[in-house]
Amino acid sequence: MDLDAVAARLDAIIETGDATLADAAPELATELLELGEAVLVRWLAAHGAVPTWRSVEGFRLLALHRQAARGEPSFNACRETCRELVYHHNLIRLEPTHADVARRIRLGAMVARHLALFVGGKLEVAGLGEFCCSSRPLHTGEGIGSETAPAARPN
Amino acid sequence: MTGKHAKVAYYPGCALEGTGHAYNRSTKAVGKALGLDLVELKNWNCCGAMEVKNIDPKLQTYLSARNLSIAGEMGFDTVMAPCNGCYHNLKKAEYDLAHDPASRRVNNELSAKAGHGAYEAGRVNTIHALDWIKEAIGEDGLKARVKNSLKGLKIANYYGCMYTRPRHIFPEKDKGPGSESTAKPHFMDDLLAAAGAENVEYPLKTACCGGAHTLSDSDTSTKLVLNLLTTAEACGADVIATECPTCHTGLEMHQMRAEKVFGRKTTVKILYFTQLLGMALGLSARKVGVHENMSESADLLRARGLGR
Repeated sequence: MDLDAVAARLDAIIETGDATLADAAPELATELLELGEAVLVRWLAAHGAVPTWRSVEGFRLLALHRQAARGEPSFNACRETCRELVYHHNLIRLEPTHADVARRIRLGAMVARHLALFVGGKLEVAGLGEFCCSSRPLHTGEGIGSETAPAARPN
Repeated sequence: MTGKHAKVAYYPGCALEGTGHAYNRSTKAVGKALGLDLVELKNWNCCGAMEVKNIDPKLQTYLSARNLSIAGEMGFDTVMAPCNGCYHNLKKAEYDLAHDPASRRVNNELSAKAGHGAYEAGRVNTIHALDWIKEAIGEDGLKARVKNSLKGLKIANYYGCMYTRPRHIFPEKDKGPGSESTAKPHFMDDLLAAAGAENVEYPLKTACCGGAHTLSDSDTSTKLVLNLLTTAEACGADVIATECPTCHTGLEMHQMRAEKVFGRKTTVKILYFTQLLGMALGLSARKVGVHENMSESADLLRARGLGR
């Protein structure tokens, strides 16, 4: 699934009426996670990696993020976004008949959309998140503290 | 009032003298209203910001370290930097000097060349404006001083990236109850709640806004910011509170650009947390620089009886 298709599906979920969203809450919770996974799979495939089928804390999405962030600390710019997506999935699954479930699904879709936008942007401009979230320079190959390589620490 | 941080060194940084002037004005006004003394660093220099860091990170470490050195020479053990970029860079310099011999060597060489003592890691603690108010006044102290509650105002708190990332340069965070969280920061939420605001559960409080690419790749930044804005609105927020001039300007600028380029209008207002706290403390909108914002919030504030 390409990123445009992911974004289109997320937009469609966000535009769907409350009753329709509420009727399909558990399925949509699962789909939101799968859409997030599709985004990260796209990133990994574009970098020649085989996307993992393992899970972290019970979620493939988090394992995919960890895989993508290995050696690429700027990818931590979307770490919390991934965790928020998992949180919204859990919230919807735990209380599928909650009065607020449609809004929760929409917010989950907006979180997933942010992930798609970030990864899409980073596929076009690799430096996105590099300067700020990993505190690394953009215009030089010099790693800060190359003697101790603090920038290479997992974060 | 805890007595902690009653008088600290103040490092406004370049942005607070330019696009972030309202943040400078409101930070000083809030400090004054709370009885906290800010002493601006003498002859401070740029922290190395984006430009120097991108070309020569060790030079950036030196530039930030020089500011820390000045704070020490002025007799302070704490410097407060309200800008996330400055705060991050001073913290990064602290980390680099503590862990990287090459950074220490460059800092020593450049300090000697410039004719001042080299900063040594561990002498001065860098704090953010959020730490400053939270630790000096606390929520209870703030509640006691509120003259014009933010009651009814729904706020999405946006912290941006450089306040929490990369985690290893913020060793004081993630230390359990009472400390700030890098995964889900809450200090701004805590302070604004104490001032009466209703914080909404905002899932993108540290999400990327594309800030560093705001000019080189504007469409990516606009799309990211538009999602931040629409999500805040979906959360029911009237206002996005910011604590960084780069975030603030980016949100304001791309809110306008989203309407102009993509035809997507959003109405959520963007205000610095210090502006909101200042108005809760009874200061006028002008006193906290609301007129300097690009985001037009006068109608909302008038309707809520704030900043008169």
